[in-house]
Amino acid sequence: MINISDSTSVKLSSQFRFQWEEAQQSFVLLYPEGMIQLSASAGEILNRCQQQITIAEIISDLQTAFAEADPNELAADVREFIQEANDQAWLEIKHQKL
Amino acid sequence: MSDSITIASDQQQSIPLWLLAELSYSCPLQCAYCSNPINYPEARSSELSTDEWKTVFKDARKMGAVQLGLSGGEPLVRPDLEELIAEARALGFYTNLITSAVGADAARLAAIREAGLDHIQISFQGSNQAVNDHFAGTKSFHHKVMMAKEAKKLGFPMVLNFVLHRQNIHQIADMLKLAEDLNADFVELANSQYYGWALKNIDALLPSRQQLVNAEAITNDFRKNHQGNMDVIFVVPDYYENRPKACCNGWGTTFVTVTPDGDVQPCQSAQVLPGFELPNVRRQSLEWAWRESPLFNAFRGTEWMQEPCRSCPEKEQDLGGCRCQAYLLTGDAYATDPVCDLSPKHSDIERVVASAQNIADLNDDGFSYDINKADDITQPLLFRNPKNAKILTKKIGEHND
Repeated sequence: MINISDSTSVKLSSQFRFQWEEAQQSFVLLYPEGMIQLSASAGEILNRCQQQITIAEIISDLQTAFAEADPNELAADVREFIQEANDQAWLEIKHQKL
Repeated sequence: MSDSITIASDQQQSIPLWLLAELSYSCPLQCAYCSNPINYPEARSSELSTDEWKTVFKDARKMGAVQLGLSGGEPLVRPDLEELIAEARALGFYTNLITSAVGADAARLAAIREAGLDHIQISFQGSNQAVNDHFAGTKSFHHKVMMAKEAKKLGFPMVLNFVLHRQNIHQIADMLKLAEDLNADFVELANSQYYGWALKNIDALLPSRQQLVNAEAITNDFRKNHQGNMDVIFVVPDYYENRPKACCNGWGTTFVTVTPDGDVQPCQSAQVLPGFELPNVRRQSLEWAWRESPLFNAFRGTEWMQEPCRSCPEKEQDLGGCRCQAYLLTGDAYATDPVCDLSPKHSDIERVVASAQNIADLNDDGFSYDINKADDITQPLLFRNPKNAKILTKKIGEHND
């Protein structure tokens, strides 16, 4: 089991394609013969994982973009989603050397 | 009552997420369970042009289609395949090539990769040369193996698809081993479903219940002992279920198929249903076909149902099953799919299943099958080719176009 901390660096797995779907008004993940429709928050998070990015960077970026949201709740949501996304093999994880 | 109407109109608003483009019915293989219509040679002279396909892709994408299956027949017979892939990819489709790999070589696969193909699915008809080539009706096994290696070298996600039936299902362990050796990402062990050619050959193809139990046990063992990266899916023929499958995820809710000559259908076999003029992209828009055509609206929701479906508490789950199977087995497209044990015609399915068991039991172990040792009971396979198409079309005259 990989331990994910805020300094962990993640990137969307190359096995998936991530794109905005106008007809569904949502981001989706595409894979062989299948599709995952992402919730608004999942889409916002994965949109930031198209390049290598740390969890801390995702959190601070989203806190800026959604200033009206509770910053602590938002951070907790991100950490929880990244764990879930990793379980689903949507992410490639790199541990940053500090 | 009003619930059903709401559902029907919701589904009319639904998105055809999956477009299956049957680019050509031509195929170097002759599989006796082919999903193409019996009278497939009639479409040959009127295949859609490159530009006509591009328009289909554009229109489908505009409606929200996102997965594109490039299929056939054999899609590689189209010399414009690379151009079609590039167009589809530029439109934002996730592109899946569904192929026998016959007609490919290393250079063509590289060109297809370059054009932007996302994923390749290669079919096998058996786990070794003798069985594969026998059921493909074409010498192709070694070529398929080479092309699968080439596809992985190019970095494609790769699905291997083995179509199972009574005469090859005993090879299932070797099929899994082959897929593992070829580094497949995903293996489909899919029993043939019985429409068109497969239905004509059902007495030779339907496995027995015992064979299915054995095959599934071997598959489960493999899953347990090989926790690698390869996903395995095992599909049972629905004759062995007590409830039917909701056809195509619900008629006219998710899937749209365009045939080589432009007919628009909710599935690959709807052309067998009598009483409908098939929409065609040369005469009508894809959007009209999906939203307005009598064919697509005929079986949306639950309003069209008869008893026992109409009052069934499970009608929203299986939607009465497959319309094509209902028609092919009962002569009535509005009937309950006889796979359902509530169908008055379910005994017909049980009879076919019992006969399959009797034939399989002729072999010592009730599982294996020797293609070189023909028994007296199994009917010879009617391979898919123009000659047999002519014989069957004449003999049965069942096609309404």
